[in-house]
Amino acid sequence: MKVTTEQIKHVAELARLKLTDEEVKSLNMEAVIEFADKLSELDAEQIAPTNHVSDIYNVFREDVEVPSYDRDDILKNAPAKARGCVLVPKVVE
Amino acid sequence: MNYESVIGLEVHAELSTNTKIYCSCKNEFGLDVNTSCCPICTGMPGTLPVLNKKVVEYAIKAGLALNCSITREGKQDRKNYFYPDLPKAYQISQFDLPLCTDGYVDIDVNGEKKRIGITRIHIEEDAGKLIHSVMGDESYVDFNRCGVPLIEIVSEPDLRSAEEARIYLETLKSILQYIEVSDCKMEEGSLRCDINVSLRPVGSDKFGTRSEMKNVSTLSGTQRAIEYEIGRQSEILDNGGVIEQETRRWDDAKGENVLLRSKEEAHDYRYFPEPDLMPIVVDDEWIESIRATLPEMPDVKKARYTGELGLGDYEAGIIVGNKSMARFFDKCVELGGNVKAVANWLQGDIMKVVKEQDITFDDISFTPEDLNELASIVDKGTISITAAKKVLAKMFETAEKPSKIVDDLGLAQINDESAIEAMVNDVLDKNPQSFEDYKNGKTRALGFLVGMVMKESKGKGNPQIINKMILERLEAYKNS
Ligand SMILES: [Zn+2]
Repeated sequence: MKVTTEQIKHVAELARLKLTDEEVKSLNMEAVIEFADKLSELDAEQIAPTNHVSDIYNVFREDVEVPSYDRDDILKNAPAKARGCVLVPKVVE
Repeated sequence: MNYESVIGLEVHAELSTNTKIYCSCKNEFGLDVNTSCCPICTGMPGTLPVLNKKVVEYAIKAGLALNCSITREGKQDRKNYFYPDLPKAYQISQFDLPLCTDGYVDIDVNGEKKRIGITRIHIEEDAGKLIHSVMGDESYVDFNRCGVPLIEIVSEPDLRSAEEARIYLETLKSILQYIEVSDCKMEEGSLRCDINVSLRPVGSDKFGTRSEMKNVSTLSGTQRAIEYEIGRQSEILDNGGVIEQETRRWDDAKGENVLLRSKEEAHDYRYFPEPDLMPIVVDDEWIESIRATLPEMPDVKKARYTGELGLGDYEAGIIVGNKSMARFFDKCVELGGNVKAVANWLQGDIMKVVKEQDITFDDISFTPEDLNELASIVDKGTISITAAKKVLAKMFETAEKPSKIVDDLGLAQINDESAIEAMVNDVLDKNPQSFEDYKNGKTRALGFLVGMVMKESKGKGNPQIINKMILERLEAYKNS
């Protein structure tokens, strides 16, 4: 399967990756897809389709409150904070 | 040209669970910023979400109330997008296997029933809140709302006017409140909707290109936003233009919408199965146990009030529209109270106090039995309506039994005819001129005399008996 430069740039944009033209050129995405395509060589005719790799289902918790983290702890790793909030560049949608 | 509008709504309702959807942090509106957070809801690497069982049950409950099929095996998926209020950079939602599908809700459009299809209901997590600095170029992020459970209810494009859309939303709101899965407080953002609108020439059965409008969060805003969008699209079409498939943002204060994203800029969500969460398998037994918790639906309740109980359409609507009032009323009826009298008390004097004190009918200090007793005391003629109002005020204060309050305040009406007759005789003897006045057509003489006797009885005489007695005497004189 051919992967175009445009497709690579689009995917990079979606993942918020900054790639130089050199990097885009050097990426061998075909090889990645080919590798994954190996799976389609498998004969899965006899295997029932599943929604998850494990056969576990219905893993729930009860609706019971547990004390939350201290605000200072939650914000500890934030690069910027003020007034009890994480500070980010203004993005208005 | 004349256009028909085709409208579909995506309604997001926050579920009123105790805790969030994937962690045990408290789910509550209005807490101090970032005080209901943990590594899971703030999207820290290496954390694992665990689904709140109640969220599944509430979603299924909503699905049953909206006549949906319940999916036997559901799964959750990641919806990818970048925005600072979404710390994981993906929202856990449901893509191809939502919990509920193919339902409907009947709405009442000016007396006519219309059925609106429900495409699906799925569960997902809410995002956090951004507080934008007015002057500066930064935003403050509050993660309290991250992970608050939501259901998204997607309608079929069955709505044909802004008014229908508003009624549909009102109906959904009252159903969700009735089944107690969401408080639907639009002012707190717990019910919001995205609106899809397209136009087509009247008579055409092909759909036109639709726009999607975001950020609609009031009932009246829904109607105005749609009216605005219908106007905008008609104008473009009338001028020979084409409608672009785009996302627009409703500005409720300005009463207009603005372009948010064109088709080219549309998000590419790249849904994929959430590997950290296991499939949700639902069997008959579970569905039936949830069905058993469904209360009487508002439309069924209203039909019972206007049918079996004989209430008027308007008053039935008022009671049904106020859940705690309906609960109080149902209890009164169950205990055999006077239906009409109780309905009047609840909608009149009691409602007034409830509003003043900003409480619900669940918080009233007296019981449905007490209200039935009050109504029955009035029915028996023991006290007048005026006295009953005094008793009611006292019931709010002291929660004492109405009969005891009547005794304590000495409000019992004098119904003893011989006692009343003595007072009537006395007043008539002192006012002989009134007989002449009445005979000469001055009918207000009657009112004057009744007033005098009421005064004589210190307000306790039964006014009906007094009225009847004096009228008989005046008429007898007039005809003599
Ligand atoms: Zn949490």
